[in-house]
Amino acid sequence: MTQEPIGSPEIYRLQVNGESHDVQDAWLGESLLYVLRERLGLPGSKGACEQGECGSCTVLLDGAAVCACLVMAASATDADIVTVEGLAPDAALTDVQAAFLDEGAVQCGFCTPGLIVAVHHLLEHNPEPSTLETREALSGNICRCTGYGRIFAAVDAVVASRADQAAR
Amino acid sequence: MSVLTPSTIDEVLAHLAERPEALLLSGGTDVMVEINMAHRKAPAEVVALRRVEQLRLWRHNPSSEGTGGTVTIGSGLPYAEMEHGPLAELFPALAEAARTVGSPQIRAAGTLGGNLGTCSPAGDGLPVLFALDAIVHLRSIGGQRDVPVADFMVGVKQNVLEPGELVTGVTMPIRHGWQGYSKVGVRNAMVIATASACLAMDRDRGAVTLALGAVGTTIIRCRDAEGWLAGELDLSAEPLDISDAVAQEFGRRAAADARPIDDHRSTAAYRGHAVGVLSSRLLRRAAA
Amino acid sequence: MTEASAPPAATATATETVTALRPGVLGTNAARPDGVPKVQGRFAFANDLWAENMLWGATLRSPHPYARIRSVDVTGAWKIAGVEAIVTAEDVPGQPTYGLIRQDQHVFASGYVRFRGEPVAAVAADHPETCRRALEAIVVDYEVLTPLTDPEEAIAGTREPIHPDGNLIRHQRILCGDPEATGPIVVEGTYEMGMQDQAFLGPEAALAVPDDDGAGLELYIATQWLHEDRKQVAACLGLPEERVRLVLGGVGGAFGAREDISLQVHCSLLALRTGRPIKMQYGREESFYGHVHRHPAKIWMRHSASAAGEIIKIEARMVFDGGAYASTSPAVLINGVTHAQGPYRCANAIVDGYATRTNNPPCGAMRGFGVVQACFAHEGQMDKLAAAAGLTPVEVRLRNAMRTGDPLITGQPVDSVAPVERCIRETDALPMPPDLASDADVLSLPGGTGRTADRGHVVRGVGYGVAIKNLMYSEAFDDYSTARCQLNDGVVTLKFATAEVGQGFLMLAQQIARTILGVDDVMLDTIDTQIGSSGSTSASRQTWMSGGAVDAACRKVRELLFEAVADRYGLPALQLAIEGTDVVDTIGTLRVPVGEASMGLRLDETVEYRHRPTEDLDENGQGNCHVAFAFVAHRAVVDVDPELGLVKVVQIATAQDVGRALNPLSVAGQIEGGIAQGLGLAVMEEIVVTDGMVRNASFTDYLLPTTLDAPTVVFSLIEEPDPQAPLGAKGVGEPPCISVTPAIAAAIRDATGRDIRRVPVRPQDICLA
Ligand SMILES: Cc1cc2nc3c(=O)[nH]c(=O)nc-3n(C[C@H](O)[C@H](O)[C@H](O)COP(=O)(O)OP(=O)(O)OC[C@H]3O[C@@H](n4cnc5c(N)ncnc54)[C@H](O)[C@@H]3O)c2cc1C
Ligand code: FES
Ligand code: FES
Repeated sequence: MTQEPIGSPEIYRLQVNGESHDVQDAWLGESLLYVLRERLGLPGSKGACEQGECGSCTVLLDGAAVCACLVMAASATDADIVTVEGLAPDAALTDVQAAFLDEGAVQCGFCTPGLIVAVHHLLEHNPEPSTLETREALSGNICRCTGYGRIFAAVDAVVASRADQAAR
Repeated sequence: MSVLTPSTIDEVLAHLAERPEALLLSGGTDVMVEINMAHRKAPAEVVALRRVEQLRLWRHNPSSEGTGGTVTIGSGLPYAEMEHGPLAELFPALAEAARTVGSPQIRAAGTLGGNLGTCSPAGDGLPVLFALDAIVHLRSIGGQRDVPVADFMVGVKQNVLEPGELVTGVTMPIRHGWQGYSKVGVRNAMVIATASACLAMDRDRGAVTLALGAVGTTIIRCRDAEGWLAGELDLSAEPLDISDAVAQEFGRRAAADARPIDDHRSTAAYRGHAVGVLSSRLLRRAAA
Repeated sequence: MTEASAPPAATATATETVTALRPGVLGTNAARPDGVPKVQGRFAFANDLWAENMLWGATLRSPHPYARIRSVDVTGAWKIAGVEAIVTAEDVPGQPTYGLIRQDQHVFASGYVRFRGEPVAAVAADHPETCRRALEAIVVDYEVLTPLTDPEEAIAGTREPIHPDGNLIRHQRILCGDPEATGPIVVEGTYEMGMQDQAFLGPEAALAVPDDDGAGLELYIATQWLHEDRKQVAACLGLPEERVRLVLGGVGGAFGAREDISLQVHCSLLALRTGRPIKMQYGREESFYGHVHRHPAKIWMRHSASAAGEIIKIEARMVFDGGAYASTSPAVLINGVTHAQGPYRCANAIVDGYATRTNNPPCGAMRGFGVVQACFAHEGQMDKLAAAAGLTPVEVRLRNAMRTGDPLITGQPVDSVAPVERCIRETDALPMPPDLASDADVLSLPGGTGRTADRGHVVRGVGYGVAIKNLMYSEAFDDYSTARCQLNDGVVTLKFATAEVGQGFLMLAQQIARTILGVDDVMLDTIDTQIGSSGSTSASRQTWMSGGAVDAACRKVRELLFEAVADRYGLPALQLAIEGTDVVDTIGTLRVPVGEASMGLRLDETVEYRHRPTEDLDENGQGNCHVAFAFVAHRAVVDVDPELGLVKVVQIATAQDVGRALNPLSVAGQIEGGIAQGLGLAVMEEIVVTDGMVRNASFTDYLLPTTLDAPTVVFSLIEEPDPQAPLGAKGVGEPPCISVTPAIAAAIRDATGRDIRRVPVRPQDICLA
């Protein structure tokens, strides 16, 4: 049996969180999720399904929130990629991250990084979403632990505090 | 394995001419699932379309005959851009269908080109294309062909795409009259259709078109129900008055055209029932 | 829409009362110590682990539900570059089988495969894709056999045993009171429940690192019970337990699915074979095959009652399909039969329960096991009884509500606080949601984003459910938890083997130590097997059991501290107490900060906490088999599109008997999360199995509730501290998901008039029945 070797001699480059990373010896069928986690040392994006159904792997690709598991990494060489690790400088928390903690939106935490990215994306494009808009915008992020109640509370808290700050 | 990332249609076609068996990668929402799940053997060559700006555009083609003209939508335009804005106003049914595809993340990536490439009877874009008599534009290094969508899709996950061919876009007429899309799934979001329907009025021609999804090997155009309704009522009249009895009969005829099956998602009986209900409800909405 | 905008009533009041408390103690919304890394993506889940020189492991699984293995040929796989190990049944060095209660499953199938997905071999290689190719290259010659898939056939004994232990895993009967008793009202029904999956988000994963001498290893694993895993892994590897060290890898949810062994032995075996670290993780599809599910059940019940609607006798026949291997089926069955009466008084009963063995997927623990099934049936019966007696659903439940001290049909008195009546009344008193607006957004209607319904197609219904749930392990199991507390220079360090699976035990342990010892800094040692067992994170038991152990260890350390202070100041130790962060003399004037008082001290105590013993049931199902009970009531408001059979759950109201809310925000999270799982079971979640084959092993077709499916939740916490419970608190994990399912089913019946006998309710059950 002659098998094609897994690793490709080709090197490709990804822009992640403002840094450029070379990927080499990779199998080109790898998803961006796999490459981030297993090759670039960025395990913040989680994989619970690898078929776009859970949102745990949500990243920003040229500003759009997409599932990293459905992006072929080798095709994203021109894209600006932001992962949960790139939202705040080391050790700092964004307001969304802080609100998730304050409102009890984290249990096992497996869905959390994807949700944090999705909520940042939502509030950037719609700073004061209605309840239904929030629900629609987060409908691709499954959380099995919380039943979402605390997550909605966290979104509301961020909206309120941002509005507060804008008013000042 | 290699991954090519051309940035023009011509480059894509040149690559395809060299490697007709290469796999086209648009939003990746179908392709990557198959690769991740190992349902598809890893392709030797991938031609990724994400850099091809030309495929992500849409344009209005005004008509010389005073009708609304047509719109050509690039095969690489993500669903997210069909949900709202000027394109959504031209094709409300497409906007409704787009908004029900998967989740926001899927809609940010997924495209009509991919929906056509996959050709699942449960694809949400397809009933809209069928109801609006879309023309699918195919190109290869050898030239272009325009195929009516009804001839493009020939079976479950089967279409007439030849090796080396690219779907560049679809063209649909702008119609005067209500149009809408409905899909049944057991969850209130992010669910594959167990039955779906798209209805579009064409008030200028006094006609209606109705297409059903997930109830046959292809999308089903309900010619019988369409013809019956046009015979029953003057569909160009304002306002349109639809009685319960007419809506019911329309739904019944639509359901009769369906060829649903039993599977793990639903039963044939339910699917048949549901498309009937959706069809009469859409008709009621058209008259509301 | 006003949906979800109002904060839950109880949280609001809880926040008010907590302001008086020192931050971080019991009763406050203390922060999770694992919270910051979790929101930053820096928390290491088991599948985030990585080691130098590591290989990947993968499992070959049976494509058939029942077959005889003629041969396994691995030569093709060895030819693939990058493959480092291939193991099959022959390579298991120790005990060939494992299992939680009975060791009836082979590490790798030997002779027969008994369910679709049973492990047959495992490989280790340099890349997951190499593993995939290697698995494809293994040739297994199967003689395909006709699977046994009907539990009734297993009971009838008409089929050859599919396993040496036979086709019946357990039968238990309960006979109580007068079997001839009857009454003027008799209602009966048959209730069915589909197979639910725990669907935790973080798939099974482990990293096994062999010791240099090759005679032991360290296994980083996402599990619910480190010590039980160790026992089984060591036995199968033929190693002494002390050579197998387990460390908890970050756990992405559990809900019962991590109580059994999945990849633990496979991964360890590959590590020992190759002498290299092995990482193994399941994808979602494999996860569906790799762990046990909630038992599907069929339950027949007949209630006899007085004209006034008081229950006189219940009769029941309960069949739980355990699938191919025993897992926890014996315990699930006991929970089922002993909870058949629900939270209602009942003097006479005849209950027969069966746990069967079939070639269906193995079933075992899932949140509320056994009781979820029983509750769906008894609550359906209560509504029938209400109708027959001319009572409302609330009235019939109040009339029969159990009180503290009432006997169960097992003869066991319910000596836990039993505020059933309060649960029902407080649930009923919670505000109803506003009526559906005439211009309601289509997304909020049944069908959601599918835009199937208009306002006029929607009808609303209301339904109730009430539940009793046993807490902790039953039937004479020696259930204990171990904790160690050290106090050095004002810093407390806690150690335990309690699996944190998301429930928040880490936070609770810190809260306990802060409260008892008056320190703010509480360090947590690694969770591993370098201390005694804490038992399983299941059965709503860790707050009580490991909370009890941490509490007891902290109290012992506090005694030592008081003795030291007493010595130093020449005071009787009995006079000392902790106030805030100080040691104070309750009679005199001494006040020393704990930090100062503990300076230079090395106080160290390890405690094993046990709950009171329980008994086995006798052949008539009599005996004090359970430790304690918690209660809950749910009210569901649903909108239904009867013509299409689609449902939107609008609101769930619930009052839960929690004993004491040790962290109100965390309790809220358990309640809302449990409700979402119960909702899933009510209207969408089912592993579809036909002919022994799983038809929907993916999140595409196994549907979990999304944000657009989640109802508004309003709740009330009933805090009547349980004197038996070390912290006064009852477990809060399971009750939320139990009676919500029947409440939703009842609400759908109310809206549509349909006789809903099965969950999940499928659209066709509503519109084509
Ligand atoms: C979680 C999830 C939910 C989903 N939900 C829905 C849903 O609700 N409704 C629905 O309809 N679909 C759904 N899908 C399927 C998928 O998103 C759609 O079919 C989408 O339209 C595919 O587009 P794509 O651009 O991602 O295609 P890709 O995956 O890139 O390609 C799909 C196929 O089309 C071919 N192809 C792509 N572009 C071209 C082209 N220009 N010319 C020729 N061939 C081409 C590819 O070679 C491939 O065979 C879902 C998928 C996921 C992962
Ligand atoms: S892992 Fe990408 S969506 Fe689930
Ligand atoms: S917190 Fe566990 S899945 Fe969301």
